Amino acid sequence: MEWLRFTIGGLCILAGLSIALIAAFGLFRFRFALNRMHAAAMNDTLGILMILLGLIIIRGAAFDSLKLGLIILFFWFASPVASHLLAGLTVETSERLDEFCEREDDERKGGGL
Amino acid sequence: MSKLRKDYEKSPLWKFLTFVKGDTPLPEEDHTEEWIRNVERAEETEKTENANYIELKETDPYEDAKRFAQMSGVRVFRKIYYVLAALMCIMIIAMLIMNVAFMPRFGSDETPTNNEVAERYLADGVEETGAVNLVTGMILKYRAFDTFGETNVLFIAACSVMILLLHRESTKLSVAEGRGKKLVKKKKREDEEDVDAEQDEDVILQTIARIVVPLIFLFGLYILLNGHLSPGGGFSGGAVMGAGLILYNSAFGFRKTQRFFDETVYDVIKVGSLCLYALIIAYYLFTGANGIDPMIPLGTPGKILSSGLILPINLLVGLEVACTMYAFYALFRRGSF
Repeated sequence: MEWLRFTIGGLCILAGLSIALIAAFGLFRFRFALNRMHAAAMNDTLGILMILLGLIIIRGAAFDSLKLGLIILFFWFASPVASHLLAGLTVETSERLDEFCEREDDERKGGGL
Repeated sequence: MSKLRKDYEKSPLWKFLTFVKGDTPLPEEDHTEEWIRNVERAEETEKTENANYIELKETDPYEDAKRFAQMSGVRVFRKIYYVLAALMCIMIIAMLIMNVAFMPRFGSDETPTNNEVAERYLADGVEETGAVNLVTGMILKYRAFDTFGETNVLFIAACSVMILLLHRESTKLSVAEGRGKKLVKKKKREDEEDVDAEQDEDVILQTIARIVVPLIFLFGLYILLNGHLSPGGGFSGGAVMGAGLILYNSAFGFRKTQRFFDETVYDVIKVGSLCLYALIIAYYLFTGANGIDPMIPLGTPGKILSSGLILPINLLVGLEVACTMYAFYALFRRGSF
């Protein structure tokens, strides 16, 4: 039973690490800020979820697992909002936005900031 | 026809009749002309100020220095300077590397850091300070004076940033400047406020902030109150609380933050916590220097209410740090609280 739990947890952590690796690749290979943010956000949500989930599975039902779960929850709250604000700022301030993406309306509507 | 009617409206009879009826239009004072005049006057003063500024700029204050730098002797000196700088760097690097050769092996028992001080901390720390977290026990009991200095550094840093960046609208407007300038300034101020209000209308950020900010404050308090039991303490807890304040501010704007955290609250918390900390340190120093028992029960190590005055010191340091962080944010973003 113990080895099964460890295997599942290890697989989860490996998946999370591979996602982080892909995100790092994307972060450096993409040329436009919004594409880069897409890659970074993948690591912030799915990568961290997989890694911490693996740790929770290995650790089992303990107080530490609850703390790790809270960390996941906080990241899933905070990271998308931060990405949203950054994207809004990019759309508002980028001078070369039209070279990289098409927009439906010509009005420059930022995310708020 | 219309001309007649206009004349009629100006006639005293018509005015009297409307007065009797009771719907006299209130005598309207025309402010627009005065306002325009004031604006023009303000613009003129600004222009003259700008002219003064340009004049000042034209006389380069560094002219002498530049002329000195172009002289031939200085050019030679500069070459020597480069050579000397390189030599100095090489010498310092060599000295440091030589020093490394004399250092004891990493992790051996005979390192100078493994002396009686660290031994004392590890052996009697829990008994003497009552804090399970020995790091907190060290920095807030054995070396409380040092931490007091660090808190002072924070205080002074925030003060100097305030000196540089803080501007209060009421003090900046002098009556002698004339009402025109005041009007313009007021208008500018309103525009700024409007910009603030526009900026802070992000529904997503506000919704998340409504959920997350209380949790952040709770977590910061948890770190503060558990500083002597678990990793954490005044500085980290204060940083978390300051981050919560900054998040609230960026989500809801300055006007809502001012409801519970304006400049007076900031002043009271900052000065009050530092003074209380100074009092505690003074008490410790007095009792320690005179060999008096401090008379503060240490309690059982491991409980929340234990380890004497470490808990209040942690709280005070945390408040100081939170205020400093928020002050930096507010001053750099807007120039006032």
